[in-house]
Amino acid sequence: MATTEEIQSGLAEILEEVAGVLPADATPEKSFTEDLDVDSLSMVEIATAVEDKFGVAIPDDELANIRTVGDAISFIEKNQS
Amino acid sequence: MSRGLSLRKGAAGARILGFGDYRPRRIVTNDEISQRVDTTDEWIRTRVGISERRFAGDDESVVDMSVAAAGKALATSGVLAQDIDTVIVATCSAPAPIPGLAPEVAHRLAISAPGAFDLNAACAGFCYGLSAAADAIRSGSARYALVIGAEKLTDWTDQDDRGTCIIFGDGAGAAVVAASDTPGVGPVVWGSDGEKSRAISVAGRSSFMTMDGRAVYRWATTQLADSAHRACELAGVDIGEIDVFVPHQANLRIVDSMLRTMKFKDDVAVARDIVYSGNTSSASIPLALTAMIERGEAKTGDTALLLGFGAGLTYAGQVIICP
Ligand SMILES: CC(C)(COP(=O)(O)OP(=O)(O)OC[C@H]1O[C@@H](n2cnc3c(N)ncnc32)[C@H](O)[C@@H]1OP(=O)(O)O)[C@@H](O)C(=O)NCCC(=O)NCCS
Repeated sequence: MATTEEIQSGLAEILEEVAGVLPADATPEKSFTEDLDVDSLSMVEIATAVEDKFGVAIPDDELANIRTVGDAISFIEKNQS
Repeated sequence: MSRGLSLRKGAAGARILGFGDYRPRRIVTNDEISQRVDTTDEWIRTRVGISERRFAGDDESVVDMSVAAAGKALATSGVLAQDIDTVIVATCSAPAPIPGLAPEVAHRLAISAPGAFDLNAACAGFCYGLSAAADAIRSGSARYALVIGAEKLTDWTDQDDRGTCIIFGDGAGAAVVAASDTPGVGPVVWGSDGEKSRAISVAGRSSFMTMDGRAVYRWATTQLADSAHRACELAGVDIGEIDVFVPHQANLRIVDSMLRTMKFKDDVAVARDIVYSGNTSSASIPLALTAMIERGEAKTGDTALLLGFGAGLTYAGQVIICP
């Protein structure tokens, strides 16, 4: 089980790789679309990368509810087995 | 035991001798589309990577475009029409299901009595057709085949649906495939996922195409890398040695995502013809490759990985040696 810190840094790595977001910017309160310029298609790829890294699948309907980096972190935390 | 039949002796392998393309005359820009539906040049460029596409006119039918592209492929390959014995037209936008288009295409090219049929594997159609042609050559059913990918998708696209009208365009591409002692068409890796058959579909004869873009995007960016690697492996080529990557031109973001997940060398030449052609389904791979050859980005003897995927859902990939 990954800790909150591990999830945050893992997610930051994914954001950098998929969408070119600087790791320092990937803080929990940031909105993907508004603050980080991550659009709906990049979100799909982030979901895929999250599944590879943490084994947590994020279906399209759940993806729509994930607005901030913090939302993603808590979703992963809740759903990791 | 019942009696066995004798078989023909085929060639050791098949090889592509030349490519040809046909791009409809009318160029449609994003600004022109923005005048009709609620979208912008900026949105289309960032989400799908298209700057412009071609729309075929009344005198540019699927058959007309097929004949033009195939004629050019014959000319570049130096093969005579009379030597062609097999014609395959990959298309999913024929104006009607009967008759198939391939016999008429062959007739207009003055190819006499070839085996001729249409094949519908949507955007994977060219790769399916190439595989069918190469296998026919290896089994001795064919010696010189024409494989054409041709689409008039605008006939089936609702120009008021901003989810699809921004993406699809028209065009045709073709290849001449011939028997060869040195194989230049590698084994195909193909497959399908019929559970997602509704993801891209036309409900009936008076309907337009509908598409669940998000589902297709997710599938294309996650499910295809393994098949691409496998196609390289079967051809005996490390993916890191591939010179040219020609994925179906569905969305530039899908191309970029594939580049992140597949381990190509840094200076691999990558098809980005979607910028000027939009998504032309089965035509996109031969259209893109013809342009790359003409610009010198794909050179004689280069290894190219082709990867088609689309409605069905279907996919197919193989490595070829560029003519
Ligand atoms: C079609 C595609 C570009 C749509 O992108 P998407 O991010 O899934 O688009 P959505 O429909 O979810 O819309 C995202 C946002 O853009 C808006 N939007 C959708 N289409 C738009 C358009 N043409 N112009 C401007 N805005 C548009 C939506 O209203 C939505 O806005 P909101 O977030 O404020 O509500 C994308 O899904 C795609 O390319 N998928 C692959 C399809 C494909 O390759 N098909 C061929 C396979 S052969």
